[in-house]
Amino acid sequence: MKRALLALAMVVMAAATAHAVLPDEMMRDPAKEARARNLSRELRCMVCQNQSIDDSEAPLARDLRLLVRERIAAGDSDAQVLDFLVARYGEFVLLKPRLNSHTWLLWFLTPLALSAGGIALWIQGRQRAEGASKLPTPLSAEEEAKVAALMSGDTPADKS
Amino acid sequence: MIAESGHYALVLAFGLALIQSTVPILGARWRDVALMNVARSTAVAQLLFVAASFAALVTLHVSSDFSVVNVVENSHSMKPLIYKITGVWGNHEGSMLLWVSILALFGGLVAMFGNNLPISLRAHVLAVQAWIASAFYLFILMTSNPFLRIANPPMEGQDLNPVLQDIGLAVHPPMLYLGYVGFSISFSFAIAALIEGRIDAAWARWVRPWTLVAWIFLTLGIAMGSYWAYYELGWGGWWFWDPVENASLMPWLAGTALLHSLVVMEKRNALKVWTILLSILAFSLSLLGTFLVRSGVLTSVHAFANDPRRGIFILLILCLFIGGSLSLYAFRASSLKQGGLFAPISREGALVLNNLLLTTACATVFIGTLYPLALEVMTGEKISVGAPFFNLTFGPLFVPLLIALPFGPMLAWKRGDLLGAAQRLMAAGVAALIALALVWAWTFGGSTLAPLAIGLAVFVIVGALIDIAERIGLFRLPLGVAAGRARGLPRSAWGTMFAHAGVGIALIGIVCETSWNSENIRTMRAGDVTSIAGYSLKLESLTPRQGPNYSEMAAKFDVLVDGRLIATMTPSKRNFTTRGATTTEAALLSRGASQLYISLGDIGTDGSVAVRIYHKPLVLLIWFGPVLMAFGGVLSLSDRRLRVGAPKPAKSYRGLQAAE
Repeated sequence: MKRALLALAMVVMAAATAHAVLPDEMMRDPAKEARARNLSRELRCMVCQNQSIDDSEAPLARDLRLLVRERIAAGDSDAQVLDFLVARYGEFVLLKPRLNSHTWLLWFLTPLALSAGGIALWIQGRQRAEGASKLPTPLSAEEEAKVAALMSGDTPADKS
Repeated sequence: MIAESGHYALVLAFGLALIQSTVPILGARWRDVALMNVARSTAVAQLLFVAASFAALVTLHVSSDFSVVNVVENSHSMKPLIYKITGVWGNHEGSMLLWVSILALFGGLVAMFGNNLPISLRAHVLAVQAWIASAFYLFILMTSNPFLRIANPPMEGQDLNPVLQDIGLAVHPPMLYLGYVGFSISFSFAIAALIEGRIDAAWARWVRPWTLVAWIFLTLGIAMGSYWAYYELGWGGWWFWDPVENASLMPWLAGTALLHSLVVMEKRNALKVWTILLSILAFSLSLLGTFLVRSGVLTSVHAFANDPRRGIFILLILCLFIGGSLSLYAFRASSLKQGGLFAPISREGALVLNNLLLTTACATVFIGTLYPLALEVMTGEKISVGAPFFNLTFGPLFVPLLIALPFGPMLAWKRGDLLGAAQRLMAAGVAALIALALVWAWTFGGSTLAPLAIGLAVFVIVGALIDIAERIGLFRLPLGVAAGRARGLPRSAWGTMFAHAGVGIALIGIVCETSWNSENIRTMRAGDVTSIAGYSLKLESLTPRQGPNYSEMAAKFDVLVDGRLIATMTPSKRNFTTRGATTTEAALLSRGASQLYISLGDIGTDGSVAVRIYHKPLVLLIWFGPVLMAFGGVLSLSDRRLRVGAPKPAKSYRGLQAAE
């Protein structure tokens, strides 16, 4: 294992320009490799614009991909790998921010907006229903005359 | 001379815009028809001058005039002609000039084809257009002049960013801008309605075609950009939830909601206040998108702070227009009378649900895009919000939306019959269950969500077809009668069907690509054979080639099925000499709606090459769906009722005028 890691480290040094997931990075065990890929999609390449390390060609992304595989090889669980990376690089590395006092608004805005909109619609609907049950005020004599004048004159034939 | 003329034309356009922003408003106040009509002539003249200015910049780029800074920084004499032209908007200054050109184009179109508008409404709309135009002319003239000369012209230019030297770039930004800027028309109409304090069903009929035009272009522009990223960036992703993409998605979501609420307003004279708000929001989000992309605030808050002139200027424009329009809205909205009562279960109710879900989706994208910026500015803490966040929050909103979608057109106005609609949709439900069962059995042991999503997509598509079948009486009436009714059906009904079916089709593409994508990543040498999804691929040769302004290493692959050669694919890695940048040119092979995708990684000195091969089942449906949606939009647009400038019966025309 140690020798494999050493070999990996040497590959890192040798690769001048890296590329998203290269053949030499992949783990032997397909199950572990699949875990690594899934984790990679949730981790940000910190020098790129909004790319996950799974997508990025930057050398840093390659280093992180290898680091993730190193931790998985060392027997870490997915959560432990993420914790390890957050401890090293900060919350910035996670593409899916963790729920805490600074991010609850981010996470809860969608359900809040949806329920607030729903409640607003419900209240409005009730108000309208109440308003509709009242009879409209009858037209005044003046308005009646206006209507009569309009009706006798030019009527829009096609309103559709 | 050309540069100076272009600059001068732009200054004149600014002057005209200033006149157009004030005189018509005064005319409307004083009820002076001549003054109100000034708006028309200035709008057309403004279009001519901006067009001249834009033509000047194109000429400078085409003739490789390296005495102009913009040309030096973004062009190269060896660049192919098409990229010399598209390079005009491949940079900040040029793209802003394109932005105002399109704004002037829309203003000019309203002036030329707005004959059936009440004269004061037209005056107000064009004046508001001119406010926007003036702000952006000033922005270009003060901070982003594309016509600046350079003291010591170099012999050669610095070339355009190689990633942008692609046909996708020729089409994507102009389309997107036609969409963004197109929403300025509905914005101007909304502001005009607020100023005049009057809005009715006719207003919705005038706004709808313009909104539809903008929406069609925005839909195509986004799809185009997504496809461009898919083949150009070289790892087969098609949507990254990148802030720049989100910036275009937000106006699209708001615009889609607006299109639907305009229907309610036109048919039932209801939701007026909400429609006005959506019109304001759709364009505000377009402005926000322009700010996000153009100010550099996304790359980093610090980059923005280092060169804040442009950013601050757009931010000011943003605050002025969004703040101003929302204040006006808060102040005047209550004066607009509400009309058209309806029960919760009704066509109106369904469209309200559509609006609720789309605006919530829009709010989700908004907060996901801006939250990291806001948090960093306020606390200095840096977080990332990426695809996993949006998949969890944005995705679920589309489930109720898609379930409700086929019901909407089936419900009657005012009070609908949910049970009746459900009965008529029975066939769609059955089709969805069959699809679900088949896919589940076929991919047994795979993702459980994917078959459900496919079932939902089938439900949406079949539901859209059933709606049309019901309307024309297919299977109920003799075929001849049904065909006659199909011809008689309004084009907008067909438009609805295509657009709604397009949503389902795009969903199938998205689910297939994300769930059953297979990949094969390996190092290969000439003569090596590998296989993926039933295809054998043989790396035939690796050969260097020379292009006009780049050199490349091309790998030739033979694609075989059952030992029979069906195609060759040649992905390459390009090296652009001037900028010293490399790009990956992926090779794509379409088989039906599925694609094989090969992109090259590092090329070793020993003749080996890292290769990534993907098989993406039904991936083309992702873009075919939006194209279908846009086609539906075009059909609706050609509906007699909505046709821009369609002759109206003389009587109703006078009747509308009399309302003045």
